[in-house]
Amino acid sequence: MAYAFYIASLIAIVATIRVITGTHAVHALLYFVVSLLAIATIFLIMGAPFAAALEVIIYAGAIMVLFVFVMMMLNPGPRSVRREQQWLTPGIWVGPVILTAILMAELAWVLTKGGTAGSSMETVTPRAVGMTLFGPYLLGVEMASVLLLAGLVGAYHLAYHLGRRQEREKEGGKGT
Amino acid sequence: MNGIPPHSIPMEHGLIVAAVLFVLGVTGVLIRRDILFVLLSLEIMLNASGLAFIVAGARWLQPDGQIMFIFILAVAAAEVSVGLALILWLYSWNRTLDVDCASKMRG
Repeated sequence: MAYAFYIASLIAIVATIRVITGTHAVHALLYFVVSLLAIATIFLIMGAPFAAALEVIIYAGAIMVLFVFVMMMLNPGPRSVRREQQWLTPGIWVGPVILTAILMAELAWVLTKGGTAGSSMETVTPRAVGMTLFGPYLLGVEMASVLLLAGLVGAYHLAYHLGRRQEREKEGGKGT
Repeated sequence: MNGIPPHSIPMEHGLIVAAVLFVLGVTGVLIRRDILFVLLSLEIMLNASGLAFIVAGARWLQPDGQIMFIFILAVAAAEVSVGLALILWLYSWNRTLDVDCASKMRG
């Protein structure tokens, strides 16, 4: 099981290096998702299955999709279609595919060999996490909810004024 | 409860991985000028600190590490929502993603 940890760590580090040295934001996002999946594998090996699931669902699922949405808003028009055709060459997707294939092989190996927990380390169950989260850390949960509400209000405020501004610009463009 | 779990990965190795990822994030913030990459590097750093908490939680077999990871996740979600809204604002204001252009903003 130690080998799985070191392979996943190597994949995470390599993918992260590709993120910070990438030139296209979409490629960097692709490598960052690979890095997140590798870190989720490390969490699973470390005996934290709940954190691994959260890493995949919230980080790789929700936050990265938010990034992709913003990229889509920044690159509209027919220009992006042509660029998309240029991007869809093997040289671009082969790197992330190789890294995820190694992760997939690791996952298959763990599932066939390791049993249900897939870990040689002791697991901290989601039950224990939940009991502690809503026991001693209840105040922290409330503070996190206030923080998320502040983030929601802030993002709404910025987006509202952005929409107003773009409408004004559009009307001004028609007038002249 | 406080003994080292048998057949496990040493805690130092997990912490080294977290440190390497964190340093990569710092490097990304310092070397990149595209504000989208700066935000991605911030995510890398938050993620690395979460990894360090999980490693420490696994070492002492306590759920506290995973709870701190959940809090980090909430912080990352809030930060990303506001940060991406600011990026859209900057782009519509100046048609660029260069962070240096943000210093020209007044009021």
